[in-house]
Amino acid sequence: MALLQISEPGQSAAPHQHKLAIGIDLGTTNSLVATVISGMATVLQDEHGHALLPSVVRYMPDGSVVVGHEAQAQQSHDPANTIASAKRFMGRSLKDIVDRAHIPYSFVDSADSSKLLQLQTRAGLKTPVEISADILKNLKARAEKSLGADGGRGELLGAVITVPAYFDDAQRQATKDAARLAGLNVLRLLNEPTAAAVAYGLDHAVEGTFVIYDLGGGTFDVSILKLTKGVFEVLATNGDSALGGDDFDHRIYCWILDKIRDGSNTFSPLGEQDTRLLLTKARQAKEWLTDNHEAQIVCRLSNGSLIDVTLSAQQFVELTQQLVLKTLTPTRKAMRDANLTLDEIKGVVLVGGATRMPQVKQAIEDYFKQTPLTNLDPDKVVALGAAIQANALVGNRSDNDLLLLDVTPLSLGLETMGGLVERIIPRNSTLPVARAQDFTTYKDGQTAMSIQVVQGERELVADCRSLARFELRGIPAMVAGAARIRVTFQVDADGLLSVSAREQATGIEAHVVVKPSYGLTEDEITHMLKSSFGSAEVDKKARMLAEARVNAGAIISAVTIALSHDGNLITSEEKQAIEVEIEILQAISQTDDAVVINQGVDKLNHATEAFAAVRMNASVSLALNGKNLDEIKL
Amino acid sequence: MSLNYYQLFYLQPLFNIALKTLETNYRQIQSEAHPDRFVTATATEKLASMQLATLANEAYQTLKNPASRAKYLLELHGINAINESNTSMPTDFLMQQMQWRETLEDASMAHDISTLEALLSEMQAEAKSLQADLSLWFDERKDYANACETTRKLIFIDKVCADIQQAIDLLD
Repeated sequence: MALLQISEPGQSAAPHQHKLAIGIDLGTTNSLVATVISGMATVLQDEHGHALLPSVVRYMPDGSVVVGHEAQAQQSHDPANTIASAKRFMGRSLKDIVDRAHIPYSFVDSADSSKLLQLQTRAGLKTPVEISADILKNLKARAEKSLGADGGRGELLGAVITVPAYFDDAQRQATKDAARLAGLNVLRLLNEPTAAAVAYGLDHAVEGTFVIYDLGGGTFDVSILKLTKGVFEVLATNGDSALGGDDFDHRIYCWILDKIRDGSNTFSPLGEQDTRLLLTKARQAKEWLTDNHEAQIVCRLSNGSLIDVTLSAQQFVELTQQLVLKTLTPTRKAMRDANLTLDEIKGVVLVGGATRMPQVKQAIEDYFKQTPLTNLDPDKVVALGAAIQANALVGNRSDNDLLLLDVTPLSLGLETMGGLVERIIPRNSTLPVARAQDFTTYKDGQTAMSIQVVQGERELVADCRSLARFELRGIPAMVAGAARIRVTFQVDADGLLSVSAREQATGIEAHVVVKPSYGLTEDEITHMLKSSFGSAEVDKKARMLAEARVNAGAIISAVTIALSHDGNLITSEEKQAIEVEIEILQAISQTDDAVVINQGVDKLNHATEAFAAVRMNASVSLALNGKNLDEIKL
Repeated sequence: MSLNYYQLFYLQPLFNIALKTLETNYRQIQSEAHPDRFVTATATEKLASMQLATLANEAYQTLKNPASRAKYLLELHGINAINESNTSMPTDFLMQQMQWRETLEDASMAHDISTLEALLSEMQAEAKSLQADLSLWFDERKDYANACETTRKLIFIDKVCADIQQAIDLLD
């Protein structure tokens, strides 16, 4: 029989008040899910005791979807229907994929090469977003099963999903879309190195400036963070969202190909199966060389020819020297952006399976002139950090001491005359951030303006990534240079951008939440969501009603609690007005009309706007020495 | 809330500020206002949080950086330091500027990172000495005309520094 747990007086809430939230590390090679149980961040295992879920999805002939080890094992046999490393293609179009010849998938040539790319599988066309959603669904199911969600312990409130810090807006948006498709409520997109810093920093109770060097399967990030009493402030971040352990495998793969070519002059291009087989062998050799001096690579190709080659550790180091050096450039850039010297760095934390390679460790040690820290499992630390953040976000941490101040990795700007970039938000700006800039017309009588939003560090639009293009129409005809168009960029705490433009004289406005030009449209997502919920209209309605009721319940309880704590901040008339709205919403949430309930939620939200602002100011004042903000005058 | 940035952080409107206090108070505000504290809150609370957290970030960055702090402080005194009609600079400073720009261009062409780095530290030392001047003009003498000229110099130097950084980034 399990022992009954008794908590310290005043410390803990009753068990049923613990809110379920998870952290997911959606990796290129492996994915993990973790949660905080009794104050401890823990990685959840599947029924076979595996913590790591290989990020491999196989679409089966019977229409089912297999994810993880089982799919990975069939990679070489069924390469076109078994997709690995889908993260590499997130938010990317076909023209972004440079080494198609070495990737064993059937990419679909769409008429418009700037559209989101798709893969042909036996389950039909699949976007990387859908493939990632299948991985997320698997992890969600794992979490619900092991946490007993819906089985008495309440519903899963949501997930923190990690993304490479150097992911651009398109890649972040794609990740959020994947979570939506998987039916997950995204509490926050969290940068992987920041997640690692949280797990490391809280575990070791350290203070000072730390570098997180995160070389994953397909992405490289370096972040520099200042840790002070639970505050994790990112000073600078840099990286390469197309560089990772996969590339090391690829170097070995090319080396094997060279070897085969040397041995025969009748070499024909490899099929998809053989490509996948050799890539798998290359990965195994790489892992073997972490602890051994040489690796023997033996396999038989589909044409019957036998491959038997030996790769020495020294050869491997030489083959991959350029890749290792490639990680040091972003590292130096981040150091310069943070305006730090090497002796100001207290420690370098290694994250990501690829940092196990001795040549990587050595390069970091040589550059930073200190031994990197490896005392946390580099595969798990990101998921653990995400779980800690998820736990804090849903309010399970009673002490409000964890605070993450993250930054935007890439500069954001827009196109001006001559294809030049006008930078609006510089890289490494702390989130959330908003900036406005005024622009004007360049022709007499110009009535419309096309606004192209770009992300990147280069001066020319052509060298940056175009995120969106929208038009502001109806500008009153004036002489060139007379109109004042204010463009406002806003980046939220997830690192996602929205842009609005407004003509100052007339107030004509255009607003876009930046959906990458080649991303999924809202219609496509709705369609995918519908088909994943099944076609039954009734199901959809029931689900919408349930969601509306949950929302109504959540806001009623939030406002009620707020009133009981801070009701004294507003007049009794104001308080009464809010209470009336609460009662109305309570009544309507018993009806069966989701639309009406949602309207009621909006109304209550609206009625509490002033109250929310007053509360916010009051809590800030209290935090700052209990003084009233209005007392201090210039 | 129509507070100025100094009021937001409980600081006296001076050039010389206690950076430690700025940092501590900034963190306090973010501890209360950051969107992470309002993930499960109502839409209106989320909006209020987003606005205050954004303001705190903007205010903190403005006051942390000496050049933007000086420019902001001038604005509070009704002076626009980079007003287009306000561009006169002492000739010796302009000459010096051109020299720095030339060194920057030559070193970039020659892919000479170490010269660029040396130039950067020279500029940073120059910026330090201008900051000492600013403290005198702003805080001791309340001489805003001189403060304005020195601020413009500091802004120029910041721009050159940014360009050097970018040149190094491109070469690296």
